[in-house]
Amino acid sequence: MNTQTLTDAGTLWRVAGPVAEAIGLHARLYDVVLVGTAQLPGEVIRIDGERCVIQVYEDTAGLAVGEPVVNTGQPLQVELGPGLLGQILDGTQRPLRELARRGDNPYAVATIARGARATALDRERRWDFSPAVREGDQVGSGDLLGTVPDAAMAHRVLVPPGVSGIVRNLRTGLLRVSEPVATVGDEEVAMLQYWPVRQARPASQRLALEVPLVTGQRVIDTLFPIARGGAAAIPGGFGTGKTVLEQSLAKWSTADVVIYIGCGERGNELAEVLEEFPALVDPRTGTSLMQRTVLIANTSNMPVAAREASIYTGITIAEFFRDQGLHVALMADSTSRWGEALREVSSRLEEMPAEEGYPAYLATRLAEFYERAGAVRCLGDENRTGSVTVIGAVSPAGGDFSEPITQHSLRLAGTFWALDTALARRRHFPSINWTRSYTLYQLDGWFADEVSADWPVLRAWALDMLQRETSLLEIVQLLGADALAAPQRVVLTIGRLLREDFLQQSAFDEGDASCSLAKQHTMLTAIHAAHDALATAVERGVAPDTASAVPTLLEIGRMRAWPEAEMAQLSKDLTARIRTQLEELR
Amino acid sequence: MKSTVPEAGPTPKLSIDHRTVTYVSGPLLIAEQAQGVGYDELVDVIAPDGDVRRGRVLEVSGDKMTVQVLEGTRGLDRQGTVVRTRGAFARLPVGPGLIGRILDGAGVPIDGGPPLLAVAERDVNGAPMNPVARDHPSEFIETGISAIDGLNTLVRGQKLPIFSGFGLPANELVVQIAASARVLGSDEDFVVVFAAMGVTQREAAYFRGQFADSAALERTVLFLNLADDPTVERLLTPRAALTAAEYLAWEEDRHVLVILTDITNYCEALREVAAAREEIPGRRGYPGYMYTDLASLFERAGRVRGRRGSVTQLMILSMPDDDISHPIPDLTGYITEGQIVLSRDLHRRGISPPIDVLPSLSRLMNAGIGAGRTREDHSAVADQLYACFARGRELRQLCSIVGESALSEEDRRFLAFAEDFEQRFVGQSGVSRTLVETLDRAWELLARFPAAELKRVKPDILARYHHYKDEMAETS
Repeated sequence: MNTQTLTDAGTLWRVAGPVAEAIGLHARLYDVVLVGTAQLPGEVIRIDGERCVIQVYEDTAGLAVGEPVVNTGQPLQVELGPGLLGQILDGTQRPLRELARRGDNPYAVATIARGARATALDRERRWDFSPAVREGDQVGSGDLLGTVPDAAMAHRVLVPPGVSGIVRNLRTGLLRVSEPVATVGDEEVAMLQYWPVRQARPASQRLALEVPLVTGQRVIDTLFPIARGGAAAIPGGFGTGKTVLEQSLAKWSTADVVIYIGCGERGNELAEVLEEFPALVDPRTGTSLMQRTVLIANTSNMPVAAREASIYTGITIAEFFRDQGLHVALMADSTSRWGEALREVSSRLEEMPAEEGYPAYLATRLAEFYERAGAVRCLGDENRTGSVTVIGAVSPAGGDFSEPITQHSLRLAGTFWALDTALARRRHFPSINWTRSYTLYQLDGWFADEVSADWPVLRAWALDMLQRETSLLEIVQLLGADALAAPQRVVLTIGRLLREDFLQQSAFDEGDASCSLAKQHTMLTAIHAAHDALATAVERGVAPDTASAVPTLLEIGRMRAWPEAEMAQLSKDLTARIRTQLEELR
Repeated sequence: MKSTVPEAGPTPKLSIDHRTVTYVSGPLLIAEQAQGVGYDELVDVIAPDGDVRRGRVLEVSGDKMTVQVLEGTRGLDRQGTVVRTRGAFARLPVGPGLIGRILDGAGVPIDGGPPLLAVAERDVNGAPMNPVARDHPSEFIETGISAIDGLNTLVRGQKLPIFSGFGLPANELVVQIAASARVLGSDEDFVVVFAAMGVTQREAAYFRGQFADSAALERTVLFLNLADDPTVERLLTPRAALTAAEYLAWEEDRHVLVILTDITNYCEALREVAAAREEIPGRRGYPGYMYTDLASLFERAGRVRGRRGSVTQLMILSMPDDDISHPIPDLTGYITEGQIVLSRDLHRRGISPPIDVLPSLSRLMNAGIGAGRTREDHSAVADQLYACFARGRELRQLCSIVGESALSEEDRRFLAFAEDFEQRFVGQSGVSRTLVETLDRAWELLARFPAAELKRVKPDILARYHHYKDEMAETS
């Protein structure tokens, strides 16, 4: 919340939880207002005759009827510019490190003091601006004015949307974010720009989604890949590993920038991210992972209305980096908590509830969020392309996927990674259920071109094997394994190998946390070859139990720990040994 | 009648009497001409007979205030009842004198001792901790219970509920943990802050017996809200207890173990008050903000950078009808860092503690174990036990349909392992085990499997700890 031309003032009339009402206030819908003598920020969410209904972003305890309410005349907006990377911000973009540094807490522990203010971007820090244009040049929206080094990258300073004209007063060298770098037409352009969070940033063209976001997770990349610019939903009951998976994706995805929104989740998890990320190295840039990450933290005990805003704050920052021609991955953990914030505010407004007490506009709001994902051609003459990939965790009540947030998310997301409580209890992680999950993105072509021509065939084979194993296991549950024919017993053996040695992946094992596409391909090829050898042996009349008990088959379970460089040779050796052992069987 | 009312904050506003009650029902009353009253304020409600009760402002709207009366509204009327506002919030006097005291659910002494010697007063709602200030919890707590230490490790600053059922020995488990919990390589004791919410006289007597005998009381603070105490007070009880815990942890550098029991009673109270306010109910009648409300309690566990103390929470939660998908365990599981689940089946089979390890989980385990913290093999052995036990349990199901004879020798090995694991690893009949004993016992159980079968363990660890012994071959 920046600037504050005070256009009007009213008085407080009602306070109940995070919702307040003011009378005598002249405001537009979604204007930001400052409530009470403590000046707590809030947003006008309904205008009803004389009364403006406000969702307040801070704890409302102590507010009394008759206190002043002041309109800032601005919608809820975020500050965009260099200095965002590596930061941890709350739902309304207050920098939490800065708040923690101030010693103004009564409990000997840094709490978030009510009404505390700080700007997201440091106003005093100077950035070394190198212009990319000359005075007198004609520029338009999205054109590059120059760059400043920020974190591990060159931060592009662009002409804001809706601004164009002749470049004048161009500056160079050390500048603060709020100082103009140039005048374009009649407007002074600074590095610091504002954007209302509930409005998508414009781009020149939406692009087809043809390139995957490589995640390093075998079950995702091989079976259910997500496209850059796509959207994924990860529903799962508690303890199914949503957060671990989201964090793995944030660590190992091949994105230029990661926005991680901890929305209504645990404080200790953010502490973990803050401890781990700076120590991890991004293999692509060689700098710390924190340098490409922006954390938005609104933990479950922080005010609920700010939790509602955190999702929009996050995606607006994501779009800002997209517009610079970067590939952004946004993780939201969890959209259910966001939905619950919506529900809480709605019920305080005494709105007619739809399913499970959620407001009827839940689906619309979710769509407004998910549809901001996409791959685009950016504004400007550089012909830049960028993308925002959205990965939303969902925490369905009782682990039941029929609840509204899971169902609406499924409608919007192109990839569905269903986390399964039964798998999690067997400690099969990531607990993505391979029969329920799906991807709608057609990425086989990219994998065939970039990794190996037989990728689509192998992928289809693996999916088929797993599907057949699932059906056969149902029979085994009823009749025992003896009821199956020999070739079917082979499917059971291979299905187990696929599940235990390929799909399972330990997020906590240094060597296994991320798996390259080449390694995934080698592992799958080895299992495929083992299948052929087993099937041949069984066809020759070898008993399936004897064939499956060949000791070399167990070595497939060690492949995940093999070093990348020796992978190809070791795999070739192993495959040969499996063949020999099986051929020797009578 | 409760005699002592907690004092107002340091600079109380002038107290104002409102004789304008218009509505009384359930725990609520509405009074008019309430200008200047703050949302969430604490007020005194003075009944016609002079009885002073405590109340909290739930809503201010125009000139009306809705007040929730802690001790109930019986005997209140429109004419004679006075609502006295003082601009105060629910506060707890805190100081070193807290330790050893027994207090009611709102923090008023009920042990016949003097009033609390306060060095300060704290808002019982606390304030959300800045996530940046948190230190990631990573110090292993040895509880002496193999199913917890070995497989679902507790660390300092964690919040871990025990999902129990009516009639299961959760109380005994918690008492055992509280008595034997220690941090490896440290002789610092835990201070136990115990908050009973809506427990029966019988349970209260048990806990008093365990915590309030002369030795244990020196490191215990008890907050007791019994089943027949005011419902609304129950909403204050865990907040008062956590306020005491935070004071002891952050200002007196103590390691505090907070025990909250029973979360189910707390949630029932929350529902009762929500219904009295005619709020739109969520799942099973519980209010839609129950997640946020529970989080405002559970998130008060943790460690803080630059502070020596810690707040660790253990909560008992009785799952209604043993249903883990009921809203209370469900929402709790989404907030807490794991859960310990008790099983009726194991309890019937006489296994004590009856911890079902498959649905149990500790999310902070990986941060607290391994070389330098516990032992290098800890993580791998836990993974392997889980994998083998899960397979054994699956086979047990299968076996009940097709019979054991239909299983291969390999499968029978897993089946026997599962049985042994429950009897000899989970079951310990009240005897505490050190971590080393727990891990060694795990290797003993795993000895029946050939090395190649133990895929979760790296070869170097296997070489050091695994001693293959084919029991099947020996017995047959």
